[in-house]
Amino acid sequence: MNRAWLLARRRILSSIPVLLIVVIGTFFLLEMASGDAVDAYLVTLGGDAGLAQSLRERYGLDQSALARLWLYAGSLARLDLGFSVAFNRPILDLILERLPNTLWLMGSAIAMAFTFGTLFGIVAGARPGSAADRALSIGSLALYAVPSFWLGLVLSLVFAVQLRWFPTAGIETIASGKTGFARALDIARHLVLPVSALGFIYLALFLRMMRAGMAEVWRQDFVLAARAKGLARRRIVLRHVARNALLPLVTMLGLQAATMLGGSVVIESVFAIPGFGRLAHEAVAARDAPLLMGIIVVSAVLVIVVNLLVDLAYAWLDPRVGSGEASS
Amino acid sequence: MTTTLATLRGLSVSYRREGAQTFALRDVDLDIATGGRLAIIGESGSGKSTLALALAGLLPPEASLAGTIDWPGLDHVPVAGRDIGMVFQDPGSSLNPVLTIGEQVSEGAVRHLRLGRATARQRALDLLARVRIPQPQAALAAYPHQFSGGQRQRIAIACAIAASPRLLIADEATSALDMIVQAEITELLDTLVREDGMSLVFITHDIALAAKLADRIAVFRDATLVEVGPARQVLARPSQDYTRSLIATHIDFSAPRLIDERA
Amino acid sequence: MRRFALRFLRSPEGMVGLVLLACLVAMALLAPFVFPRDPLSIVGRPLIAPFTDASLPLGTDRLGRDVLAGLMHGARASLLVGVFAALVAVAVGTVVGTVAGFAGGLIDEALMRVVDAFQVVPAFLLALAFVSVTGPSLPVIVFAVALGAWTGPARLARAEVLSIRERDYVAAARAIGMHPAEIAFKEVLPNALPPVLALVSVIVASAVLIEAALSFLNLGDPNIVTWGSMIAEGRNVLRTAPFLSIVPGFGLVLTVLGVYLFGEGLVEAMAHRRGRQ
Repeated sequence: MNRAWLLARRRILSSIPVLLIVVIGTFFLLEMASGDAVDAYLVTLGGDAGLAQSLRERYGLDQSALARLWLYAGSLARLDLGFSVAFNRPILDLILERLPNTLWLMGSAIAMAFTFGTLFGIVAGARPGSAADRALSIGSLALYAVPSFWLGLVLSLVFAVQLRWFPTAGIETIASGKTGFARALDIARHLVLPVSALGFIYLALFLRMMRAGMAEVWRQDFVLAARAKGLARRRIVLRHVARNALLPLVTMLGLQAATMLGGSVVIESVFAIPGFGRLAHEAVAARDAPLLMGIIVVSAVLVIVVNLLVDLAYAWLDPRVGSGEASS
Repeated sequence: MTTTLATLRGLSVSYRREGAQTFALRDVDLDIATGGRLAIIGESGSGKSTLALALAGLLPPEASLAGTIDWPGLDHVPVAGRDIGMVFQDPGSSLNPVLTIGEQVSEGAVRHLRLGRATARQRALDLLARVRIPQPQAALAAYPHQFSGGQRQRIAIACAIAASPRLLIADEATSALDMIVQAEITELLDTLVREDGMSLVFITHDIALAAKLADRIAVFRDATLVEVGPARQVLARPSQDYTRSLIATHIDFSAPRLIDERA
Repeated sequence: MRRFALRFLRSPEGMVGLVLLACLVAMALLAPFVFPRDPLSIVGRPLIAPFTDASLPLGTDRLGRDVLAGLMHGARASLLVGVFAALVAVAVGTVVGTVAGFAGGLIDEALMRVVDAFQVVPAFLLALAFVSVTGPSLPVIVFAVALGAWTGPARLARAEVLSIRERDYVAAARAIGMHPAEIAFKEVLPNALPPVLALVSVIVASAVLIEAALSFLNLGDPNIVTWGSMIAEGRNVLRTAPFLSIVPGFGLVLTVLGVYLFGEGLVEAMAHRRGRQ
């Protein structure tokens, strides 16, 4: 897989300046805020001007913005994201503690949306204009227009409050003492509703893309050639049409990673999941700028990593990538 | 002595476009001899590609077909792929870009000859060797973009003859290629047809090519069959003015004309 | 142009979208006349059930505010944010993309890295950060939403410029001595616009959704009523009065659906026009 390695290296190198721009941009954005972390600290915990002064000196907040940016970038390079005043803990610890919940949520939502989106998309695209195609097309458009947080409320109202099939909130039953498989099952039960709320809109998106992509591929010469070989319709649909229509979906997967991470902020608030997104909301509520800064930088890194993985998957699916004829 | 493979009588193909009926083929009577080589020549839009699709049963569903196609040379209704192989104009787009050559060459044989994995692989290997792809073993696992235009067309030909069809239809199979490659592909088609005793329908706009490869020539213009006969006769003593002008000018129809003839 | 309009009206998507949007615009425009009082003011007993009081057809919320008034006034916020955020995003994106495409070289490289940077940060997180820094008000929210949406138009405009800049009329303009900037904004920009416009419906829809999500998290403008804040408000009594959260959600669904359908109709009509040329 020499091709994959070259691709990965190029991607990683080109993302360094991008990450740098993110850090600088976010730093100056949060610099615009009235008041700093010390003010926030004093609001929550109390203290006088003398304490404020000594805290500012201790954290270097009395220096110029550029000097502090330099300090921040330096500590970032040592993987130190600073200290959260609101939570009284190192930011990196806080994020690493919250991140797995969000990764489970996003990963499950992407897997669900991609699997069912492509499946239904193939059903719709196999016979353009059929009744199944039209029903799926209208249904997906309606689903595509539903705000995820509202869908989350409606789902929890129906399936958690009324039917009591699933729990209303949290990532697992607190202090249940469950371990191993029982615990995994418990977490899965907690994730069903948030994953649906977060993923349905992407399911609709993938369905629509798959359907449109297949309509495009049906017109290609190699599909006529496949028909001229007398292949079974099933094989033409799956191996020739769907296989090619899948490629743009994989690209879309990478593009949507950032949007989905943003969506998890709201969904985690709706379902009270102690995840990365909820942490962002809490950072804003507590006016904890360094924490928010750390969250934005980590989410940018996360999106870059997801895109790298997507690129590698794409290279594996499309043999033309990296051979100089990729754009054809 | 010669038997007839296919008989076309009163064949018309039309499409409905914005209420009006437009003909792609109109009232064509034509015989295809078993083991014969028929060249179909005409300008683009003359209906010759529609004829190829109609023979293979690959017309789009919105096309309406009138008249008959009978197959006295076969004891059953032909199936595309098994009885009829097709080679298309542009090998750059007629091969699936994301499937291996091995899979694409063997899939027709797998379907029609009910081959297993190992035999299908061997079959693909033999076919690639027959169309003279260098290092056929390595080619099995390769993808279309790794080959030149001429090689891709050889692979497409291997796909078309995978299930040993009785009739091979080549639709402008050489016109997307440069002169030297064109000659090689023509020669390959000639060899394959001779060795396997296939019938050949060769669709082209190049009258010189038709003269080289065909024993019979049919000339199409504006969806109708203008003239048909033995190649030598059509070339030496054309009965129609249109054919005569084709031969006289010996023009390549794909080249843009300098002067509009109606002007 | 008339043919274009006819084609648009003949497509079922465009027609449904147009009707939906027309209803919403009518709601937004009529709201101050039908309900001249501030929709945030208390008009009656709290939690009056819908369809029980003729003067308050959709009942009241937890604080005794008129739900129907809130619904109609809420349309204003959604439409305003959707339209203005898209305008800002398209304007900024088109200018940046055109400059990058025309300048080429180092400027192009630098601008595209900035575009990349904006794309790896989740748009919602960016809006969240921006609002938290500058304080929630309608113009701030418009700008916050645009901040995450301008990269699409920028990429599109740049690609379009690159494909157009080599064509004949640009060469001709250059030959008669037009300044590159003049060529960019007089010749190239108008041609690059149609595909950018096709992107607009997606941007408007996502702007409406982001605004709603911000209000839902209590980060919207506290002085106006929005559908997102109504849903958040109703959430407190979700078990006893689910109606309060569900109804404004339908407002959002219909708005976004209307925008998508309208956009699809436009794209279809444009595709026809382009096909003819």
